[in-house]
Amino acid sequence: MTTVVKQKSDVMLNYLRPKMKFPSVWCPGCGNGIVMGAFIRAINKLGYDRNNMAVVSGIGCTSRMPAYMDFSSLHTTHGRALPYATGVKFARPDMKVAVITGDGDALAIGGNHFIHACRRNIDITAVLINNYIYGMTGGQGSPTTPSGAFSTTTPYGNVEKHFDACNLAIGAGATFVGRATVYHYPQLEKMIMQAMEHKGFSLVEVVSNCHTYFGRLNRRGDASAMLKEFKENAVNITKAKTMTPEELENKYVIGTLYVNDDKTEFCDEYHKLMDVAQKRKK
Amino acid sequence: MAKNKRKLLQGNGACVQGAIYAGLRFFAGYPITPSTEIAENCARFLPQVGGRFIQMEDELGSMAAIIGASVTGMKSMTATSGPGYSLMQENIGYAYMTEIPCVVVNVQRGGPSTGLPTKVSQSDTMQARWGTHGDYNAIAVAPSTVADTFTETIRAFNLAERFRTPVTILLDEVIAHMRAIVPIPEEGEYEIVNRVKPTKPPEEYIPYEITENFVSPMPGYGEGYRYHITGLTHNTLGFSTNEPEEIVVKLDKLKNKIDKFQDEIMKLRVNNMDDAEVAFVSYGSVSRAALQAVSLARSVGVKVGTIQLYTIWPFPYDKLREICSRCQKVIVAELNMGQIIHEVRRALPEDIEVLPLQRYDGEILTPTQLLEKLEEVL
Repeated sequence: MTTVVKQKSDVMLNYLRPKMKFPSVWCPGCGNGIVMGAFIRAINKLGYDRNNMAVVSGIGCTSRMPAYMDFSSLHTTHGRALPYATGVKFARPDMKVAVITGDGDALAIGGNHFIHACRRNIDITAVLINNYIYGMTGGQGSPTTPSGAFSTTTPYGNVEKHFDACNLAIGAGATFVGRATVYHYPQLEKMIMQAMEHKGFSLVEVVSNCHTYFGRLNRRGDASAMLKEFKENAVNITKAKTMTPEELENKYVIGTLYVNDDKTEFCDEYHKLMDVAQKRKK
Repeated sequence: MAKNKRKLLQGNGACVQGAIYAGLRFFAGYPITPSTEIAENCARFLPQVGGRFIQMEDELGSMAAIIGASVTGMKSMTATSGPGYSLMQENIGYAYMTEIPCVVVNVQRGGPSTGLPTKVSQSDTMQARWGTHGDYNAIAVAPSTVADTFTETIRAFNLAERFRTPVTILLDEVIAHMRAIVPIPEEGEYEIVNRVKPTKPPEEYIPYEITENFVSPMPGYGEGYRYHITGLTHNTLGFSTNEPEEIVVKLDKLKNKIDKFQDEIMKLRVNNMDDAEVAFVSYGSVSRAALQAVSLARSVGVKVGTIQLYTIWPFPYDKLREICSRCQKVIVAELNMGQIIHEVRRALPEDIEVLPLQRYDGEILTPTQLLEKLEEVL
């Protein structure tokens, strides 16, 4: 038992920057740590060359993650992680590029970049940690805050409608879309592996807990109570397909929601274009 | 001497040819008048030389993408006009802070806001210095002819690589859309500067090490150096900091790397200034009119000269003071309501009268207008 634990912690330590950055900025019990663990285990299992991988993020609690991990890490401006990552990937298509983002970062200020990255089907994996609120700035409503939910900017309940990040990605042209929760972390790990291996734009939405703000303002309890709620209300996609919309109300549909292996990838297509352009020049 | 190749090019086209000569291999942009031909030329010519072109969803994304590409070691550029330049300021600030080399072309048109899309202006000169928030040092260059645009674009890339910083090329609508014969240099005719790569092994690499010239060696992503880049104020290791001493070291680095090496950046063209009593100070397309006006005025014996600013930022305060020391009057001619004139006033002693000649109706300043102003002040 202790050997197994040691091996596991060795993997984590190997991929973290323990002397540089810890302790993290995250609250105790934050789901971000679970996602970071799943991400590291996934990359370790895939056996990628760490020198040939970049992890890009924007701004927010979630976007601090790349700083803690020993990859080439690019912590950029709010909402812009995907266009920065597009620059890295397009310049170096041989590199593995992942984006770590949050609901505010990807869907509010970065919403336009999000749909266009999906549309291009560029080979980037976006891990979108959705905690339904702005954590870093202290609990304001986000594009995924449910109608009626409380935040510091929706003190009387949210009058707006929310985005479904997965449906948005599918509609915009992403070719691998899945959802997991921080409770279902083995599934999350596997999904990140599939997404990284998928050629094209992939989205992994991770339902996560911000007990500090969303939990407290909406009486969802502490971190463990929120994880329990994810466990109880998560429905696998296979089962969800047999359920009515009413039955799916307030449920988290998890699993691989959409895969399309037929659509061409942006960098591949551009390389064909380069051949055409170079022939025409001659 | 082998006869150089010559090409009939538009200013925007000369910019692209100069950029490719300097090593441009990545362009991201968004269409906007009067800069669009730069994107169009890049879409056509970059894939021919193994480079990449991408049309992004907006200018925020364009600026972000060129920084992302530069991080991998590729020379990158974007082009826009005033409204797009405003949108790019956020990520231009990121490039200042993280010290990522890149080139931003701003083909100026009238503003504010959507302003005058098809009309000439020079009203973004201050934005090129102070456009993004915070304290930083900026480099901006301004060509005045189509041939200049070719060579100044090479210079902009060289400065970006040498100083690890974004460099703005302030074109204006007149030069951008003018066509002229441009000599195309042979490979090796112009010096091409590339960013300094680390010689230390990865385990000893300090991403923002303070070196003799304040510029730190920069490896590309994927070259075995795994390091962190953040727009948060960071220490020499590249990690965010709130320590007052580390904050000062970082901001001083951004200032000193340019302030202390200004001579490498400064470029002015001085014409007929030896005995000049009156001088025109100008930049961009206005300098064309200034040269013509001076030549006409000299033919009737007026002691007038011109100073053309190729480097707008950092501003050449000391050089200008030196060159104008014998002048009684200096006329600052520019296509705005008065921007660079304030810098000229700061540069010159109070006994030299600094006078404005400004046009902001979307039209060019003509040699006749400059001569009229000259008559008025003599």
